[in-house]
Amino acid sequence: MKRRSLFLNTTAIMGFVFLYAPIISLIVYSFNKSKLVTVWGGWSLKWYTELFNNQQIIDAALVSFKIALVSASLAVVLGTMAGFVLSRMGRFRGKMILSGWITAPLVMPEVITGLSLLLLFVAMEGMFGWPSGRGTGTIIIAHTTFCMAYVAVIVQSRLASIDETLEEAAMDLGAKPSTLFFLVTLPLIAPALISGWLLSFTLSLDDLVIASFVSGPGNSTLPMVIFSKVRLGVTPEVNALATIMIAIVALGVLAAMYQMRRQTKLLSNHE
Amino acid sequence: MTLSQHSELHTSSKTNSVEIPLWKQEGAEPFLKIENVTKKFGEFTAVDNISLDIYKNELFCLLGGSGSGKSTLLRILAGFESASSGRILIDGIDMAGVQPWNRPVNMMFQSYALFPHLTVADNIAFGLKREGVARSEVKQRVDQMLDMVQLGHLGKRKPNQLSGGQRQRVALARSLIKRPKLLLLDEPLGALDKKLREETQFELINIQEQLGVTFVVVTHDQEEAMTLATRIGVMNNGVIVQTAEPHLVYEYPNSRFVAEFVGSVNLFEGQIIEDLPDSVRIRSKEAGAEFFVNHGISCAPNQTVHMAIRPEKIKISRNKPEQANNWIEGVIEDIAYMGSLSVFKVRLASGKDVRVTQPNFVRDMGARFTWHDKVYLSWQIDSSVVLTS
Repeated sequence: MKRRSLFLNTTAIMGFVFLYAPIISLIVYSFNKSKLVTVWGGWSLKWYTELFNNQQIIDAALVSFKIALVSASLAVVLGTMAGFVLSRMGRFRGKMILSGWITAPLVMPEVITGLSLLLLFVAMEGMFGWPSGRGTGTIIIAHTTFCMAYVAVIVQSRLASIDETLEEAAMDLGAKPSTLFFLVTLPLIAPALISGWLLSFTLSLDDLVIASFVSGPGNSTLPMVIFSKVRLGVTPEVNALATIMIAIVALGVLAAMYQMRRQTKLLSNHE
Repeated sequence: MTLSQHSELHTSSKTNSVEIPLWKQEGAEPFLKIENVTKKFGEFTAVDNISLDIYKNELFCLLGGSGSGKSTLLRILAGFESASSGRILIDGIDMAGVQPWNRPVNMMFQSYALFPHLTVADNIAFGLKREGVARSEVKQRVDQMLDMVQLGHLGKRKPNQLSGGQRQRVALARSLIKRPKLLLLDEPLGALDKKLREETQFELINIQEQLGVTFVVVTHDQEEAMTLATRIGVMNNGVIVQTAEPHLVYEYPNSRFVAEFVGSVNLFEGQIIEDLPDSVRIRSKEAGAEFFVNHGISCAPNQTVHMAIRPEKIKISRNKPEQANNWIEGVIEDIAYMGSLSVFKVRLASGKDVRVTQPNFVRDMGARFTWHDKVYLSWQIDSSVVLTS
């Protein structure tokens, strides 16, 4: 094994400390017995019990999960279509504009995305009467919009790494473009779709700013509830909630990484 | 074709070699007819007005360097590119507007293009399943194909668990399972190492004869083309320069390009001095000698031509040859011992280098000559050819 220098070791340790110290302290404090967030009073699970008895948080969590589930799924469908068009259609009129529009949500400040979507929804309601009012539906639309940008980018880069002759071979063997998409392209990009879905799910679960703009009364998402609670002072309950969310997100990231590795292995040998 | 006919083909004897090949028969109907096909990519002309007839059961090789347009022509035949102008007829049917998935053509890709997510058996079955063939027949035909390419035991493996040679066989089996009338092969042996390539060449010919499929092979490897082909079409800059049987391409190249591309050759520039009834006399300043060549060409006196002679057709000796002409003298500049033969680089008085190869028919043949030896190079009147272009 290569000998590691003191410098590299120190850097690695510092990196880990910076990244994980806040999270670890949060997790530890979620098991705190004391009512005061900053004072350690021994181990306890009482904040978790309280959390599960708090109907407001449970409701918000359910809303958030529902939104994340639906918008991640929609984002994968729409993002795949966009990524596919961008990487396989060759040159066409308006390709630059399309690819610009698709990547815009990645770089656009969330405040602007949220505000512009709110204005759109209000204008649409005035013109067609739909969407009537704002609520879960509008949040789903908004989340799908920015999540599909991530999916499109992931799918596009995955498609770029797949040998196009595979698709030609399928055509040559009698598969029409629609068949070959489902039989060859989709299975090959499936891991990218899964990681795109997981990423979208996490992003949607995370989002506070855009949701605040486009949500209606009685449709607060979990981040919105946490944020409003924190404004009144941090309670250990929030720590418990955050710990659970970290666990979910960590699982999602691990699953996405596993998918990516599996795909790399699958594609590595076919050259 | 029914299954019983198919299995009959397996047992039938090889194509009778005494038969006159179709391309030599007057009025024989070509199986694949390429008529004035041109393909332009913007300003660049990849395929330039090619017309070519390929007959049933042929193993036709398109031989050319990279960028010669051979792969583009193959892709046009498969339907992945459409010709800018011209027609393609397969078995008398115009292929214009026929999509790749509807053509009676299959292709074996250079990269093999095996589906990495499917097993070997599923890869091979892919084409049949698209045709809606019954499941039991699919299985039977896949097993038959696996046996043919000697991979019966590997059907359940994924492509990334196979060696290069095994993948090549899977690709071949997959492209043959639909029993195409025409199989296109893009550098079929390009990714294999030398020894495996030689073995596979003969297997490929056997399979082609067994199944009676017409093969069009694209390759840049002249040895491969020589061993495989019934006829070779040498391509350069989007044009087929010469179409002929392998030995004719080698022995009677029709241009300097073909002579130099296929094998190695020594070229001497010279002028026609005399057009005799059975030969021509050429004076070459480069060689400092006059040559007689009996390869009939139509040429005018004083026309500048090239005389081409292959390295293995030159005899090297220390003693002055007895023959009156067709010899030159020079000094050995370099010797390369290649095991089966020795290669000599001989420098003439004019400074021109001539390449000569001699089989090592006795041990230490190369040691009989050494650097800076004065040697005589001689050849027969029917060893060389005259090239006018």
